[in-house]
Amino acid sequence: MNRRTIGVLVGLAIADLLASLWIGQQAYTWMPPQASAESVLVDNLFSFMTTLGSFIFLGVMGTLLYAILFQRAAKYDASDGPNIEGNVKLEVVWTTIPILLVIWIATVSYQTYDRMSILGPMEPLPMGMATAEAAPTDRAASVTSPPIQVFARQWAWEFHYPEAGVRSTELHLPVNQRAQLVLSSEDVLHGFFVPAFRVKQDVVPGREINFEFTPIREGRYRLRDSEYSGTYFAANQTNVVVESSEDYQDWLAMAAARSPFPAENVAFEAFNQTDASAIGLGWKTVEPAPAPLVNFASSEEDTYE
Amino acid sequence: MSNATLEAVSPSLQPQPGAPDNWRRFFSFSTDHKVIGIQYIVTAFIFFLFGGLLAMVMRGELITPEADLVDRTVYNGLFTMHGTIMLFMWTFPMLNGLANYLVPLQIGARDMAFPRLNAAAFWMVPVFGVILTLSFFVPGGPSQSGWWAYPPVSLQNPTGNLINGQSLWLLAVALSGVSSIMGAVNIVTTIFRMRAPGMGWFKMPAFCWTVLSAQMIQLVGLPALTAGAVTLLLDLTVGTSFFNPELGGDPVLYQHFFWFYSHPAVYVIILPIFGVFSEIFPVYARKPLFGYRVVAVSSLIITGLSLIVWVHHMFASGTPGWMRMLFMFTTMAISVPTGIKVFAWVATIWGGKLRLNTAMLFALGGLSTFLFAGITGIMLASAPFDIHVNNTYFVVGHFHYVINGAVVMGFYAAIYHWFPKMTGRMYYEGLGKLHCALTFIGINLIFLPMHPLGLMGMPRRVASYDPEFAFWNVLASLGGFLLGVSTLPFILNMLSSWAQGKQAPDNPWRAIGLEWLVSSPPPHENFEQLPIVVSAPYGYGSDEPLVANDPAHKPTHDLTEGVSP
Ligand code: HEM
Ligand SMILES: [Cu+2]
Repeated sequence: MNRRTIGVLVGLAIADLLASLWIGQQAYTWMPPQASAESVLVDNLFSFMTTLGSFIFLGVMGTLLYAILFQRAAKYDASDGPNIEGNVKLEVVWTTIPILLVIWIATVSYQTYDRMSILGPMEPLPMGMATAEAAPTDRAASVTSPPIQVFARQWAWEFHYPEAGVRSTELHLPVNQRAQLVLSSEDVLHGFFVPAFRVKQDVVPGREINFEFTPIREGRYRLRDSEYSGTYFAANQTNVVVESSEDYQDWLAMAAARSPFPAENVAFEAFNQTDASAIGLGWKTVEPAPAPLVNFASSEEDTYE
Repeated sequence: MSNATLEAVSPSLQPQPGAPDNWRRFFSFSTDHKVIGIQYIVTAFIFFLFGGLLAMVMRGELITPEADLVDRTVYNGLFTMHGTIMLFMWTFPMLNGLANYLVPLQIGARDMAFPRLNAAAFWMVPVFGVILTLSFFVPGGPSQSGWWAYPPVSLQNPTGNLINGQSLWLLAVALSGVSSIMGAVNIVTTIFRMRAPGMGWFKMPAFCWTVLSAQMIQLVGLPALTAGAVTLLLDLTVGTSFFNPELGGDPVLYQHFFWFYSHPAVYVIILPIFGVFSEIFPVYARKPLFGYRVVAVSSLIITGLSLIVWVHHMFASGTPGWMRMLFMFTTMAISVPTGIKVFAWVATIWGGKLRLNTAMLFALGGLSTFLFAGITGIMLASAPFDIHVNNTYFVVGHFHYVINGAVVMGFYAAIYHWFPKMTGRMYYEGLGKLHCALTFIGINLIFLPMHPLGLMGMPRRVASYDPEFAFWNVLASLGGFLLGVSTLPFILNMLSSWAQGKQAPDNPWRAIGLEWLVSSPPPHENFEQLPIVVSAPYGYGSDEPLVANDPAHKPTHDLTEGVSP
């Protein structure tokens, strides 16, 4: 290779790198708002992987496109290309680099997961060691205690605040405190998924799963069922409200003072309508559980981010 | 080594393939691997169109946020049957068809090791295809639990009937497993036992390496799937409690059974397509496959690793943190041999003398979509990121870039490349290129928007969605309809070319390979005398002959005598 070729190659690599860094920055804008400590970690990881991925994608596609444009056989040229069967040096290079890259990605991912510690600290930590970084430093003092009970069923979400004696179909959480939930299902698999928090956990019938994360931004966000749960799966959504500590306490007190009433429930209402209309263009379905009786209900009219 | 098939079949009873008037052989219990190969491919393609039609109804539903085109139960039946048909009725049979047609020709055998087993395995396909199709008409409709059939949803049986969509589905999947095991035994035995004299492992074409690796996965993995399907069927019909939490069963256990097979299954699907790429790039770039031995062996490494990564489908399931981390690392590892192959193809193409025929264009398109899917695959392997996008459209985008991108485009590449061999006719390049352009645009238009949708948090398997997802869904639906239209030039091309295309020479692409040494289409039993292989398979740019004899003509003295051990 002469100096000029090397110069051109280095120039192309730098151009590829700059383009990838730019795409990596764009990656943040493809995501929902960052409403939890975990979302910051996940977005950084995603941006990092997007940068690396773009570098490889652009590099390989650029090479291919160059070959397609400039290395075509002339119309009547029936000869073969050079008889190159391989190149050990090159093959060692392109085996080693991907190995190093995936080790790098896996290590960053491991650290990210460890910091999120959404199922609690991964290993029981020895006393005195720092706990997850995403959790506020003064962990014990700032958790929502006792944990909020999350009940998933076909097809409703219900949140139970045992201390305040509140039942709600809208999840309220105080900002900047470690939210602790216990997920359980009364029938089939469901998935607890809040895109703005970047966290997700399947809810498994017959188990109670402890789940935690830290909301960091006030607002109303969407909570979706993410594990397919049958006929009205798509409608099994509700809202999460993140609010200041005072607003949260006020809300608990306000809700506790109200007597229970049946919540708005898309699945139950839609089922009763189709049942009444009897056009019968669908198949027989599992019947939705009746609308939950709660002190506070979310509304599908509410806006969210 | 036995030269004839391991099972004795009287040749006189067989219809003579290659005789153009003898179309009836495609409707018979033929034991000729070439007939069976085409039977598989055509049957599979019909189901591909059926599965595609279901997808277009789904895209019609998803073009608006509300569930308004079909009832929710119907939508759920549609996506379940779409996935099931595309995998069990299209992808697997199609790949078995390619393997059936090509492997004996490429290794210089006269047929498969067990021709009657081969035919029996094929004829099971229409049987379970009919069972699946009939399940649309039983009370309660077809299965609506997704292609994973996760319990407890799959155990909920609203009609209460014993014969319902779900039980028929499980029966069909179990039968498909049995058929695939029969096919796998046959193909693996054929490759081990029936290679032509002189064809050592490193003289065998890369396609056969990939088929061997893929079929070995079937032998290890399918028993787990079949066990899962049968136990679930027992839970559903006679009330056992393997997976039913109400009776103390564990639904997560089923997920392990299911993914222990179904992850490796994705490599059963992609490996032969890797093989197709490895065959096609050298021909149209006029260069040897770069690093052939490494490419060949990396298939086996993928086979091994594919058995220890399944939990990456369960990162958000009821799995502990250590398990998620462990399987994150193994999944990262499997992308290395995959990456090696991609680099090897690029190096094969680089500096060649490219001829952009339809087959080459499809292969290049498939390679580029695979590259994209491989990159999103590594992202998904990262557990903390996957937790966000698991069960969203991001995953749907990822695997359609592989399966509809790389696999379907690779299939088309293979069909155009070997069409002259299979039919003795040339196809029309113009129609082929139109088909390629429509397919490539359609695929990117439908599946690229699924990535931003998933990142934004749109779950998969939904019949309705929040209005903020509408924009990308409209684009995806338009892409879906375009993809449907793109099959028309293909069908037109195939039918008219087969009927009245230009007569094909033995080797229209000047390709190197045993299948190109015999007439188009090849005679019954392929070779007049078994080829004696003396060179590695991709001698482009060198003058070394591939074989030491002329396998298309009867020898004056039988050279194979004394050569075969
Ligand atoms: C670089 C290689 C690849 C990696 C690292 C990879 C990784 C993954 C991961 C982690 C998932 C699970 C995502 C989730 O459910 O949250 C996934 C899903 C999937 N992948 Fe890949 N993948 C790769 C290549 C392939 C190939 C070659 C195929 C097949 C032909 C394939 C087909 C699929 C399918 C079908 C699913 C989804 C199945 C389902 O959920 O219904 N992938 N992939
Ligand atoms: Cu997988």
